[in-house]
Amino acid sequence: MGDAMKSMWQRAGMVGAALAASQPALAEYAYNLQTPASGVAQDVFDLHNLIMLVCLGIFVVVFGAMFYSLLKHRKSLGHKAAHFHENTTVEIIWTVIPFVILVGMAYPAAKVVIDMKDTSNPDMTIKITGYQWKWGYDYLNDDISFYSNLSTPREQINGTAAKGEHYLLEVDEPMVVPVGKRVRLLITANDVIHSWWLPALGVKQDGIPGFIRDSWLKADKIGTYRGQCAELCGKDHGFMPIVVEVVSEEDYRAWVVKKKGATQAAVADNAKSFEIADLVARGEKVYQANCAACHQASGMGMPGVFPAINGSKVATGPIAEHINVVLNGRPGTAMAAFAGQLSDADIAAVVTYQRNAWDNKMGDLAQPAEIAAARGGAASEAGAPAAQ
Amino acid sequence: MSDAAHAHDDHSHGHPSGIMRWLTTTNHKDIGTMYLWFALIMLFSAGTMALLIRAELFQPGLQLTNPDFFNQLTTMHGLIMIFGAIMPAFSGFANWQVPLMIGAPDMAFPRMNNWAFWLLPVAALMLMSSFLLPGGAVAGGWTMYPPLFIQGGISYDLTILAVHIMGLSSIMGSINIVTTILNMRAPGLTLMKMPLFVWTWLITAYLLIATMPVLAGAVTMLLTDRNFGTHFFNAAGGGDPVMFQHIFWFFGHPEVYILILPAFGIVSQIIPTFARKPLFGYASMVYATASIAILSFTVWAHHMFAVGMPAAAQLFFMFSTMLIAVPTGVKVFNWVATMWKGSLTFETPMLFAIAFVCLFTIGGFSGLVLAVAPVDIQLQDTYYVVAHFHYVLVSGALFAIFAGIYYWLPKWTGHMYSETLGRWHFWLSVIGMNIVFFPMHFLGLAGMPRRIPDYALQFTEFNQIATVGAFIFGFSQLVFLVLVLKTIKGGAKAADRVWEGAEGLEWTLPSPAPYHTFETAPVVK
Repeated sequence: MGDAMKSMWQRAGMVGAALAASQPALAEYAYNLQTPASGVAQDVFDLHNLIMLVCLGIFVVVFGAMFYSLLKHRKSLGHKAAHFHENTTVEIIWTVIPFVILVGMAYPAAKVVIDMKDTSNPDMTIKITGYQWKWGYDYLNDDISFYSNLSTPREQINGTAAKGEHYLLEVDEPMVVPVGKRVRLLITANDVIHSWWLPALGVKQDGIPGFIRDSWLKADKIGTYRGQCAELCGKDHGFMPIVVEVVSEEDYRAWVVKKKGATQAAVADNAKSFEIADLVARGEKVYQANCAACHQASGMGMPGVFPAINGSKVATGPIAEHINVVLNGRPGTAMAAFAGQLSDADIAAVVTYQRNAWDNKMGDLAQPAEIAAARGGAASEAGAPAAQ
Repeated sequence: MSDAAHAHDDHSHGHPSGIMRWLTTTNHKDIGTMYLWFALIMLFSAGTMALLIRAELFQPGLQLTNPDFFNQLTTMHGLIMIFGAIMPAFSGFANWQVPLMIGAPDMAFPRMNNWAFWLLPVAALMLMSSFLLPGGAVAGGWTMYPPLFIQGGISYDLTILAVHIMGLSSIMGSINIVTTILNMRAPGLTLMKMPLFVWTWLITAYLLIATMPVLAGAVTMLLTDRNFGTHFFNAAGGGDPVMFQHIFWFFGHPEVYILILPAFGIVSQIIPTFARKPLFGYASMVYATASIAILSFTVWAHHMFAVGMPAAAQLFFMFSTMLIAVPTGVKVFNWVATMWKGSLTFETPMLFAIAFVCLFTIGGFSGLVLAVAPVDIQLQDTYYVVAHFHYVLVSGALFAIFAGIYYWLPKWTGHMYSETLGRWHFWLSVIGMNIVFFPMHFLGLAGMPRRIPDYALQFTEFNQIATVGAFIFGFSQLVFLVLVLKTIKGGAKAADRVWEGAEGLEWTLPSPAPYHTFETAPVVK
């Protein structure tokens, strides 16, 4: 008996030790908003704490009374029911007091609303466009444009590779902004509604296709901030993260120079003529980044939702029509117009790849010059989004 | 409730039996029963989808579903729970209880009543069968926002049609309820003497009549945009995708009160019964219900703070939304004051009613947090919102439905349910429910968006807790099913006045309530 008791205590002690050892892991449980890194996010953080405190206070008072009643006013304790059933004074008091508390909450909230809505006097402006399923960034002052895709490998998502630290919250090309600068954001979307959300900086703004909404941010601290699309936008809604690098002014300038060099190299490609093997190799990369989410790496699509490209009439028919579909999309379906998203060289490459991959053995190819010619015709009629 | 019991009933002579009896019945009790069974079947169907969703979210990565099927599950779970489970359950209560509580022999339009019910299984079948169509079921969210909703396949058109049919059913049901309440009350039962359940349904029915046509308009525009080349919601054709959201939420916000006002009514019947004390502040309860209903038409854009609107509009919708806390607070205070200095007992209906008051209020507080526009902008479309509306719809609407079933089941079946099973069901549900939904507040605050099939690693722990809770909550509903079936089959004979403290006309009737009741109107003094 004594031994049994002793071993029980020992075991309890071991469990306790194990729990204590797992404390660092427990520290990862987050119970509040992310650590604010901008004035607006800080205001929201404080506002939320204030409301929570008020709610907690009301909860304790009201349910303190209720649970007191539940404990003391029981029939099983012989409590006899009173017969009161109205009291105008009490009812006026508990209508007026909540009203006053609400006014007390509404006042600081209104100040934050007005501050958030004030997008005047920016130091720079970035246009953000949501696509199914990536983000496009246009730096209107520095003439830089690029797309930002999820960079988490498919293997991690499917569970065939270990998941990295920033699983699903990492991109190939982050948005870069200088610290302490007031950045105006012009947010829109190309196909369906998306929502650009960066919790630590307190920005969430839906992108509405055909309209531009604005918001602003001013990051207080250098660092990398991560967010996600916050409006259901179809199949890969969960796979279009937002990463913003906040850097010093000098680092920002250096980044601008580097980025412009890359843009010029891409423009130069549009004037070149390529071998079929080069186009297929390049096209495969473009396909993986832009097409595979729907049409699948196998080219088989998803029956009933996204058509196959392998063996399709478009990819094995006249090349002009194939180019037309890629450039202008299929209105009314999820097939986007890529005229505004991809360069001539990239479209030439991806069309060539699709015509020569899998069971498609067309053996023909498209050169960037043909894409440029096709743009001049059908693209403008179909109202494709303006190329950057 | 069984066929055999009614075969002996003198008044049902000449009526068909078997399936034809249920297809052709115009009896409010039969129709009420069918509504409730339909709601239960839908609850289990959409609940199964919820468990699939939670199973996928047990760990990061894609395990059981692909993203497209996941979106189908979340969309259908929402649509079916709202239009298939909660709303029909309340219609079931209205059918059973409104005539019994106002001393009417039946509903005002018995044939329309039959039709209103039988439209529902048709609509549900259309919705569910869309899983089998090419491309699967709708995956654009229960809110059906264009342009995403324009992209889908044939099942999207089928869903629009199903929503139309369900709306038609609701409007017919509501007209019936309004007419019955206004015209068929027993002599002496003035409006301000009506049981609060009847009051809340009267106001709910008006809300339904006012908003269902708005929903019908919105989805019709979707239908023509999809199929007939209109551009209501297409900016390239001069339309505006945001216009849909304004129209939808002009329906959608009153809809959330459609889902909760009858619950207020049920709880307001139960608490006085088990406190053995009249409802505190009856008149203020009626006025608070009406105020909530009226205010509900002025707050819709708080669902759209992140869409972007002028500061003045944000302030207006923030203030009007916060204002709703006042009448809602009055209700909670009145319930607590009803319990205060009562002579309380804790049978299962009372347990669920107390849990309702407490947990619904948590949902109310998170609603207040979300009313504050700057905070809402951070939390919009996150798991915080998921936590919020499940607190008001699961521990709110659904718990009130359970409370009402336990409260009136002895009157309907003539048998007492098993209090032991009832307690098991209560405690498993209330514990399970909190394990699922409480951690979701933290997930939302930390930055997890809703409607995603896979998530970043820092969200893992709370998702695992929520999934465990979901399976506890889900499987504990089987206890409820067993309990109901056992009560229908047999059990202790229920007294006419089932509960010691129960007041109202329904308790003057025998248990089970005969097939036809109040053929001669009772007189209320």
